[in-house]
Amino acid sequence: MSGELCGIVGIGQTPYCAQRADVSIAGLCREAALNALEDAGLEWRDVDAVVLGTAPDMFEGVMMPELYLADALGATGKPMLRVHTAGSVGGSTAIVASTLIESGIHDRVLTVTFEKQSESNAMWALSSKQPFSPHINAGAGGYFAPLIRSYIRRSGAPEHIGMLVAYKDRLNALKNPLAHLRIEDISMEKIESSPMLWDPIRYLESCPSSDGACAMVVAREALAKDAPKKPAWILGHAMRSEPTMFCGRDEVNPHAGRECAKDVFNQAGITDPLKQIDMAEIYVPFSWFEPMWLENLGFAEEGKGWEMTDEGRTALDGDLPVNCSGGVLSSNAIGASGMIRFAEAARQVRGDAGDHQVPGARTALGHAYGGGSQFFSMWVVSSEQP
Amino acid sequence: MRDVAVISFAQAKNVRDAGAVNEVEIIMPVVAEAIAQSGLARSEIDFTCSGSSDYLQGAPFAFVMALDGAGAWPPISESHVEMDAAWALYESWVKIQSGHADSALIYGFSKASSGKLREVLNLQLDPYCVAPLGIDSVSLAALQARALLEKSAYSEKDFAEVAVRNRANAKNNPKAQLAGDYSVDEILAEPCLVSPLRKHDCAPISDGASVIVIAAGDIARRVCKRPAWIRGIDHRIEPHSLGARDLTVSASTRLAAEKAGVNQGPIDIAELHAPFTHQELILRDALQLKDDVEINPSGGALAGNPMMTAGLSRIGEAASRIISGQANRGVAHATSGPCLQQNLVCVLEGE
Repeated sequence: MSGELCGIVGIGQTPYCAQRADVSIAGLCREAALNALEDAGLEWRDVDAVVLGTAPDMFEGVMMPELYLADALGATGKPMLRVHTAGSVGGSTAIVASTLIESGIHDRVLTVTFEKQSESNAMWALSSKQPFSPHINAGAGGYFAPLIRSYIRRSGAPEHIGMLVAYKDRLNALKNPLAHLRIEDISMEKIESSPMLWDPIRYLESCPSSDGACAMVVAREALAKDAPKKPAWILGHAMRSEPTMFCGRDEVNPHAGRECAKDVFNQAGITDPLKQIDMAEIYVPFSWFEPMWLENLGFAEEGKGWEMTDEGRTALDGDLPVNCSGGVLSSNAIGASGMIRFAEAARQVRGDAGDHQVPGARTALGHAYGGGSQFFSMWVVSSEQP
Repeated sequence: MRDVAVISFAQAKNVRDAGAVNEVEIIMPVVAEAIAQSGLARSEIDFTCSGSSDYLQGAPFAFVMALDGAGAWPPISESHVEMDAAWALYESWVKIQSGHADSALIYGFSKASSGKLREVLNLQLDPYCVAPLGIDSVSLAALQARALLEKSAYSEKDFAEVAVRNRANAKNNPKAQLAGDYSVDEILAEPCLVSPLRKHDCAPISDGASVIVIAAGDIARRVCKRPAWIRGIDHRIEPHSLGARDLTVSASTRLAAEKAGVNQGPIDIAELHAPFTHQELILRDALQLKDDVEINPSGGALAGNPMMTAGLSRIGEAASRIISGQANRGVAHATSGPCLQQNLVCVLEGE
């Protein structure tokens, strides 16, 4: 790890749901920010800079919303940055904020991510017609379904694996009061009988469209040590990107993801991820991405990720609990989804994850990806100060 | 703080309408030129960061395809700001300060010709209370200009003088979109576009891209004879609500200038991102620039204003004059948002 040590001293989220008609976009972001400040025992004046992240501006119809949100996020007279790296943005935003601490430039930085999907329709916002390109009205599910089909063909994974992931994440969501989808009578049968949206992805194997925001306060070492609540320490973070399309690109097991994982584990001193990582929050918007990312991240050999899911090893009581919060499958405020993974990993090592706490979790991975499986951001956090 | 310098700058020619070339095609040759000029190989550059806006392209993820122009295979460590790429340079500078990188490639681009820019920029406003009023970007700037005329000693003649100087300076800038010799009287005889602003008071609508390479201490010294060292860089934002700030001054520029240490030494040149003539006057005052400072030798944003990269170009224009030895200490400025809401100030110096 380079630079100064950075700790997460405050985490705040809003509940996730289909529509927050009671708040404006600014109100939604401010709610998460205030929750994070309260968690850190801080006030607006304690914040040196604000880093905002959100996915494409067309999801709300506001161009560069950081300008409009400056007032609500107490940024007047402060530096304010706006990050956008597609679906990985929530993770990248957290990384930019922590880099502001590691560089020694600031003492405390507030970072906020959000999506208010009810303001528009993400599927169509993702599918605008472009000059010089064929028009694909696919949305995310249509784009990713062929990659999943390809994974199944390559690995020989049995068809129930996707449903098993959905079942596990939906059970976890019942332990997370903030989760959007809390389906009390969830069962394998219910998932199997849900409509097939983009073969092989069923309705209940897909993420919802959510409104919600997630915020964190990060601080330099000395301030994090003195924080009222136990901080989570950042052992490493990394980002990697590769182009969307070219001959020979492996979209199922992308090179960028493998390199990003290698980099972040290297920084954190992790040589055997399965043994040394106690839990992971992985960006799984469609169920099958759990086994796919387990392989990409190096938790399983190529073609074997589905066996970990099948054996229950990624369940809350498994040896690598994945998405204990219910994951993206249960709450998907897109621009915030990556940060929610990063924040949930931090909550776990702070021992502050409520009913979905993994007992004794010390080291956790937060993971996000975006675009056509081409943008990656990851961090490893620990309860122990390195 | 680590020593970090601009070692290379390149930009596309600013044009009103680039026609049937897409963003990737605009970026690609400029990236190649900046890398060649930097003395570093693409694989030696640790970090890449860009600035662009989806709403200018009319598509989500404007930056995604642009990666093809920047070169991202094998995979690169990369980030993107939905802001002017001057802030991408700031993010890269921070990355180098944290020790996560020693060099960075920064690029910004836009093809504003694809849409109706004045109307598109309306979408930057408070979506509940202001944007629905339908006010466009030039009208907002005109409100600010009117307030300045009423509150200060500046007159429309001062606005025209800014236009004359920038357009004349642009004659020496081969990348400029608008250049030429005009007289103050000639300009004042024109009708107003949106009172009190005339066409000459407004930056043109431009398509373009620009690219900068920065590097830390020893690397910069090894590949560049005279690097343009970043002595200070800071940015600040003001309230979005136009009624909550004094539009005739730029408090955020003043604060950023103070933090960046603008007046800790004599300034030879200033490259100010002022898309409207009256904004150059406001910025000059906020930066407390002395009369002998040469302002916008490139012609500034009035000579060409590709959105999301015109601010980065100001840093590049100031840096290249330091690299070439024409100047010793310069200040570059970038702005974002309606009526100078957000401002970045960067101080550059030769050895």
